[in-house]
Amino acid sequence: MTIQQEYTYDVMEVCLLAGKIMLESGAETYRVEDTMMRMAQAFGAKESHSYVTPTGIIFSIESEQPTKTKLFRITNRTTDLHKVTLVNSISRKITSKELAMAEAYHALKEIEKSGVEYSVKLQVLAAAIASGCFLIMFKGTWVDFLPAVIAGGTGLVSFILAQSLVPIKFFAEFVASLIIALLSLFFVSVGWGYELDKIIIGSVMPLVPGLVLTNAVRDLMAGHLVSGLSKGAEALLTAFAIGSGVAVVLTFL
Amino acid sequence: MIIEQLITSFISTAAFGIIFNAQKDSLIKCGIVGMSGWFIYVVMTNFGVDAVPASLAGSFIVALISQTFARMYKTPIIIFNVAGIIPLVPGGLAYDAMRNFVENDYNLAISLAAKAGLISGAIALGLVFSEVINQLIRKSKLPPKVYKRSRL
Repeated sequence: MTIQQEYTYDVMEVCLLAGKIMLESGAETYRVEDTMMRMAQAFGAKESHSYVTPTGIIFSIESEQPTKTKLFRITNRTTDLHKVTLVNSISRKITSKELAMAEAYHALKEIEKSGVEYSVKLQVLAAAIASGCFLIMFKGTWVDFLPAVIAGGTGLVSFILAQSLVPIKFFAEFVASLIIALLSLFFVSVGWGYELDKIIIGSVMPLVPGLVLTNAVRDLMAGHLVSGLSKGAEALLTAFAIGSGVAVVLTFL
Repeated sequence: MIIEQLITSFISTAAFGIIFNAQKDSLIKCGIVGMSGWFIYVVMTNFGVDAVPASLAGSFIVALISQTFARMYKTPIIIFNVAGIIPLVPGGLAYDAMRNFVENDYNLAISLAAKAGLISGAIALGLVFSEVINQLIRKSKLPPKVYKRSRL
């Protein structure tokens, strides 16, 4: 392999790694494409093309030799906005020539390995408090604050547990909202809470697919019709899962 | 109580920042974004404006402030606006619609679901509006050579 060829492959490797981290962390499709192409351009690639969908990346760089193309499959998608920010700042540094390729690659590997910003406990706590606050925002009374906090926290815990048991997101969301509704019903029937509707709505909010919905709209607007539609379908499926979980409990009311 | 609404919306949006693993120093900014959007929504609905235009205005403000923050701190806009629009999502209406479906009151359920759909559309439209305005401002400010490709 000539040096030129090797260099092109290295560029592809760095770009794909950046794209993979961003896509797995929940960045918008157009941002992933844009970042990869900017990085390739900064490394001196004459022309590059990227095709990103929520489940895979196809990236090709044109050079003196025949065009090189690589495909990368993305299987698990989480939400980690911190990683998106980090990769974004690395891409900025590369574009302004502050970072050489080897350094960038090591920095990206470091980001890939790093864990999440907050522990699961803290996330559950945040979800619990957010549930209580949503109850107040939806004109609930402070009496129902604590039941909503407990139901919301338990909801996220059961979502995480269900997803580790069965790796189907739809099922985990269904179980979580089912447990939330059951717990709220229990609180109301025991007399600790008063408005069943408000407690359920507040507790279910941490499961609402807000990120996917925003990304779907932004991708559609940026012209990424395939990604936009598939993310929209994902959001719709999540909403349906939450709704049916609650509906099961309401039927027996 | 508007103070109550402001505080709870601030806390809940910042908490969503934690759920989405946003950076520690951006949590306060997330809270500010969410609080402003919810403030506009609550004030408008209190004055008798319908929920659809109120959501439109709320998400417009959310996107506007997110863009300002994104440019100020050189971070992706997604960090701020994702948490910011969460309070505006019509969770309550969707729940009511679902409840009426379950109780076999299809007429009420359909009309509630349509309303929830309209509000979701209004949120999306608000995001897009401010996007367009942002692009127009940037295009008019920068010479065309610097402005190569939109980064939204």
